[in-house]
Amino acid sequence: MSFLEVKNLHVEVEGKKILNGLTLSVEMGQVAAIMGPNGSGKSTLAYVLAGKDNYNVTEGDILLDGASILKMAPDERAAKGVFLAFQYPVEVPGVATMTFLRTALNAQRKTRGEPELSTPDFIKLVRDTAGHLGVSQEMLRRAVNVGFSGGEKKRNEILQMAILQPRLAVLDETDSGLDIDALKVVADGVNRLRSPDRSMIVITHYQRLLEFIVPDVVHVLAKGRVVKSGGKELALELEAKGYAQYADEAA
Amino acid sequence: MNVEVRPTKTPAEQALSASYAAARDRLPGQGAVAALREDAFRRFDARGLPHRRVEEWKYTDLRALMRDSYPLATPPDAAAKLRAKNAGTVLGGLDCRRLVFVDGTFAPELSDLVPEPGLAIGSMADALAKGDPLVATHVGKTIATEDIGVALNTALMGDGAVIRISAGAEPKRPIHLVFAAGSDTPSSAFIRSLIVVEKGAKVTIIESHDSGESQVNTALELVAADETQIDYCKITQGRALHVSSLLASVGARAKFNSFAFTSDAQLVRNQNFIRFAGEGTKAAIRGASLLRGSEHVDTTLLIEHAAAHCESREQFKTVLDGQSHGVFQGKIVVQPHAQKTDAKMMTRALLLSDEAEADNKPELEIFADDVVCGHGATAGALDPGLKFYLMSRGIHAKEAEALLIQAFIGETIEEIAHAGIRDALMIAALKWLGARG
Repeated sequence: MSFLEVKNLHVEVEGKKILNGLTLSVEMGQVAAIMGPNGSGKSTLAYVLAGKDNYNVTEGDILLDGASILKMAPDERAAKGVFLAFQYPVEVPGVATMTFLRTALNAQRKTRGEPELSTPDFIKLVRDTAGHLGVSQEMLRRAVNVGFSGGEKKRNEILQMAILQPRLAVLDETDSGLDIDALKVVADGVNRLRSPDRSMIVITHYQRLLEFIVPDVVHVLAKGRVVKSGGKELALELEAKGYAQYADEAA
Repeated sequence: MNVEVRPTKTPAEQALSASYAAARDRLPGQGAVAALREDAFRRFDARGLPHRRVEEWKYTDLRALMRDSYPLATPPDAAAKLRAKNAGTVLGGLDCRRLVFVDGTFAPELSDLVPEPGLAIGSMADALAKGDPLVATHVGKTIATEDIGVALNTALMGDGAVIRISAGAEPKRPIHLVFAAGSDTPSSAFIRSLIVVEKGAKVTIIESHDSGESQVNTALELVAADETQIDYCKITQGRALHVSSLLASVGARAKFNSFAFTSDAQLVRNQNFIRFAGEGTKAAIRGASLLRGSEHVDTTLLIEHAAAHCESREQFKTVLDGQSHGVFQGKIVVQPHAQKTDAKMMTRALLLSDEAEADNKPELEIFADDVVCGHGATAGALDPGLKFYLMSRGIHAKEAEALLIQAFIGETIEEIAHAGIRDALMIAALKWLGARG
């Protein structure tokens, strides 16, 4: 049994079928890349793993450690170790980043029956982690993502991931909107979090990100299902040949 | 032939007329004051309580909402004063000069009357009775209005505060007017206050009302001379009708900031008549209301830019739960000679329930041609995208909602300059959220 098992998943969004019998296994400690053309269902997979409303699972299941998470609310999934780094992180006016991080971490710990982190321990944790990601104290004081640049928002996502220490991290097009320098900082932050105790799903349209976050396996998604799986060389092949061939296969 | 059709008087209208008839001879003030009362009463008598066909009261139909008018409050006895002793605690341990009014009557023995240079404090009832020149000069003259809420107040005004801050004076502590309920039977109080701030003076004024089951009609005339700095905050709570009128005239190069915080209040009309009479004044008129159950809170602004080069910011936020009803009417009038006026008004309503209702009516009336004026209004539910983002980080649904509501309301509260008031109101907002469960 793999750590994450997505079994024959069918998902509708507003009456439109997006995932169409998607099956995927991710081992503990593995970094799996999900590639695919626009509209293949990559972001839908990310949202449905995190438990977003209005993503209607009509068939199939998602098992984490052998247990279904389909009926769990997003916060329960987070407490089980699921983390989604958003493609477009939302701005939360009025909520300071520090407050947000502490509320999230302590809520997860409470759900898991762990004691809350003391203030000094929490501040030390954030300070150490933020330093690696080039997240300034000033950013931590500001409202979550408000007035942040695209790169700052993505770094803030990785900061949250580093603080929350998930077991399954889903990175949804983390490379989108980043220049090469910003991409390197973010990839470096992600690589630092690679661990035998953590699985990652790296969703991307382009091979470029996978030069910096080298995956153990690559899955190709087309028309709502996995149409091919292989090693990291599959990403290079896609870069050379494009997605057109898979569009035909899935049809 | 013209026949004026007048509906039968409602019980509340009859009771108000009876109260006036019974009390007119013992209400404080003779001569000019009595004439002022009589004139105001006639206005009420001719038109009755405002109702939905009176544009300014369209969303707060007082004739329908006010089923009865309680008897006029009597001066508080010892027991009433004891009950009122700890009122105004929403501000916690904030170091203020407390002036306490029980059922509308000044209670000097509960008040802090330690003398301070440049600060004169008195009771409106005394001032009216004595024919105090300050009162004679200003009462009923700060803002011209035909409003019936104000007329009723003028007709029946009993007591209140009369405060004068001399030119250049800066009272050390905020002045806190504490209006408390003491009587164990519901009554109605008609409170009239006058605050005159002379040139260059700086003052922070807090007015808090916790009127329990009693009806309150309160009016504050605020006369701010040139180069004054005024921070004014009104906190309103109570289980019965509360009609409040701020009548403010602000001079040149002044700084005027007001904030209205309303929570746990059943039926409130907070009307603000503010006139910028001198050039170069900067003003921020803000507020936050938290509503639940069947509460009804109406904020009505009539802001008049009567002089050039003034800047005003109006920002109001309302959170509505249950079957509550929030009303915001904001009218900014820019007079022909008030060139270079810069006015921006924003009102936002956050609806937490399908049954809550928010009515927003912003209006601009601009007669000058070189101005920057704008307004915006929104009403909506919590953003599900924001809620999902917070929940995906492990924050429980209720906590995520609370955090977002706190952020929504906090945006205005954070603008309050006085740290102690800001913190106290944030705590009050959190308490309200906590009670939401």
